[in-house]
Amino acid sequence: MIEVQGLTRYYGSFPAVRDASFKIEDREIVGFLGLNGAGKSTMLRVLAGLQMPSAGTVRVGGIDATLAPDALRRRIGFLPEDPPLYREMRVAEFLRWVGQVKGCTRAEVEAELPKVMETCQLTDTANAVIGELSHGYRKRVGIAQAIIHKPSVVILDEPISGLDPRQIVEMRKVVRALKSFATVLISSHILSEIAQTVDRILVIHRGRIVAEGTEAQLSGSLGDGARLAVVVRGKLGACEELLGKSELVDGYELTANGELVDIAVTLRGDKREAFVKELVDAGLGVRQIQDSMGELEQIFLELTRAAGAPAALESKQLRTPQGRESHDPKEADA
Amino acid sequence: MRGMLLVARRELAAYLNSYWGYAVIAAVLVIDGLLFNAFALGNQPKYSSKVIEEFFYFSFGTTVIASILLTMRLVAEERQTGTIVLIDSSPLGAWQLIGGKYLSAMVVLATMVLATMYMPALVFVNGKVSYGHIFAGYTGLLLVAASVAAIGTFASAISRSQLVAGFVSVVITVAFLVMWLLAKVAEPPLVDVFSYFSLFDRHYRGFMRGQINVDDVVFYLSICFVFLMLASRFMAGRRWR
Repeated sequence: MIEVQGLTRYYGSFPAVRDASFKIEDREIVGFLGLNGAGKSTMLRVLAGLQMPSAGTVRVGGIDATLAPDALRRRIGFLPEDPPLYREMRVAEFLRWVGQVKGCTRAEVEAELPKVMETCQLTDTANAVIGELSHGYRKRVGIAQAIIHKPSVVILDEPISGLDPRQIVEMRKVVRALKSFATVLISSHILSEIAQTVDRILVIHRGRIVAEGTEAQLSGSLGDGARLAVVVRGKLGACEELLGKSELVDGYELTANGELVDIAVTLRGDKREAFVKELVDAGLGVRQIQDSMGELEQIFLELTRAAGAPAALESKQLRTPQGRESHDPKEADA
Repeated sequence: MRGMLLVARRELAAYLNSYWGYAVIAAVLVIDGLLFNAFALGNQPKYSSKVIEEFFYFSFGTTVIASILLTMRLVAEERQTGTIVLIDSSPLGAWQLIGGKYLSAMVVLATMVLATMYMPALVFVNGKVSYGHIFAGYTGLLLVAASVAAIGTFASAISRSQLVAGFVSVVITVAFLVMWLLAKVAEPPLVDVFSYFSLFDRHYRGFMRGQINVDDVVFYLSICFVFLMLASRFMAGRRWR
């Protein structure tokens, strides 16, 4: 278990992380979500034992990061955004060296090496020179060096940055495979990636943890209802009349699409069943209903706005893929 | 100790895998050979011991420069390429990192210094010179190499780039070299202080002449200890900054 209590980390007089407290259970995949400069990397570097806390405590499996930093580092594997690799070395040779540097015996490394190579899908490149590998493979070698010593916690800082779509899919598989033996912490500012990979999210903003939980819990913690993307068969006017007077609806957007109407709607509370019943009772044929694609983006914007972020900046950096305007008054504010 | 040897092993491999180490060693051997032929042997008849003394005089300069060139990359390069994170996130202590890096540099420098041995050997075969003179000279050269390598390791530990590390090494080394000039113009008791810290004039001349003085050995070993300790403390303190 990772226990962080009142963690603060200063760079000079600037507090990059402020009074952060949270717990992470074993074998969880937890995502640190935040804008660039929010304090994610600093948080991970302190958790990895690269930097000492200015105040507060960090315990990993009961080991205090300040009192026993070397013991802590033996239990942690860390991959920064740019994989730290000696480009002139060969993959297997490099992993053997890293394993020994991290405290394993030669025999332990030799026993672990084939498993690590398989987990990271590196078996075919064991004798390749690292400098000649593609960016995606170098990321895998980076993860392999982080797990070669069988750590109980693996920390990955922006593991998918710079990868192409196929490499991202492969990287997700690798990250999920790590969960079988370790707690995994991932940082990212790519919301969709966090949503697809992690069990739980910690939202960090201006150095503070402003929220934590699953995507659904975060959504619920806002006190708002669900955001849905609905497709119905019916007239645009009928839809507008229904949504305009419905007490369940907080905001909506309609788009005519032939005989169909696309509805992006925000409910007052999670009243999905009642809303669908209203649609059916009004004679609209419900063809499709799903959580809004931009839900996590919405959650993030709400949470960071509540924490006092400049709204224009957030809106620019975390705009939903659809990029559409909304009748939702909260979105309009952003 | 195991961690230090692991670092040293990888660092040695890095020297062998790059042209830098070979280039520096080759340049030193060429320059030493030219200086030996042109000045130490020269055109005038000389005693063998004088030839050897002058050989060690010229070798001092090339060894100092090679020590700076071979150590400036040690830690600064890791910082430039980001691989320092590997060390920082491992249980290796700062002294193991610094010790390992320094050890590897010393292996390369010792190889380079000992590779010049063919020149005194020529004098030994064709002239009359004692083993002790050659042994003392090489002891002095290795101590100088060790001292400047320690200064270089410290400079590399505190610098973000290799160029800055090289510059810092040069500044510190030159400061030690010109101490004898300050000693000439200073008043007592500073004259003794400046004189004592003179890297060449006060402490190396004895080795050139075939003498091994304990205080000279202690001086060079002290330089090594102080600068390696400073480098180690600096690396350990980075986690708190």
